[in-house]
Amino acid sequence: MNIEIRENQFSPWEEIQRYEKEVLDPVHAGQYGAATVFSGTMREFNEGDGVSGMFLEHYSGMTDSYLEKISQEAAERWEVLDTLIIHRVGVMMPNDPIVLVAAWSAHRGVAFEAARFLIEELKSRAPFWKKEQLEEGERWVEHNTPA
Amino acid sequence: MIEVRFFASLREEMGREGAQLEPSEASTIGEVWERVADGKKRPANLLMARNMDYSDADTPVVDGDEVAFFPPVTGG
Repeated sequence: MNIEIRENQFSPWEEIQRYEKEVLDPVHAGQYGAATVFSGTMREFNEGDGVSGMFLEHYSGMTDSYLEKISQEAAERWEVLDTLIIHRVGVMMPNDPIVLVAAWSAHRGVAFEAARFLIEELKSRAPFWKKEQLEEGERWVEHNTPA
Repeated sequence: MIEVRFFASLREEMGREGAQLEPSEASTIGEVWERVADGKKRPANLLMARNMDYSDADTPVVDGDEVAFFPPVTGG
């Protein structure tokens, strides 16, 4: 179970490969029947406006503890073998990956449900805030788009 | 001392990163808001945390606490 806040660009797919090779516990080798991955990427539009850049602020310390808390909760609710959350902060551009959520389990149902739970909890409660750069100035995003 | 922090759009509206209060000045998070908000009404969607755990206006505060106020979150 890992969570990371990153200030630099990352590739979700390389992270998954690295995690599977280097971090997943070999004691469960042969049991990882399902992995689900959610990758969130910055769009170049939002609410009808073009967005050229973004600043992602967070409450350092509380973001970490909140992401650990929901990872723990997922592990208690479902039979997941492992989970991974990576979230970007700082200045970013369209097409930059923002968030990666992954869940490993023996079966797909659990992996899908746990990953869905993690991304929805993250989006609704983890203390991150987006400020968008538009053609005419900047604005704070006031709410996330519905699931 | 109670350390108060504001984040994102709320920090910009308040015009400062936070504030410090003597423990005698407030006994709950709601009272902390009243001491630091310069008369601004508490927004209905305001989120509050005590020592990095979600809390509400009735949550007691004591010396050494960090209290944070912030708008709805928009990560992910």
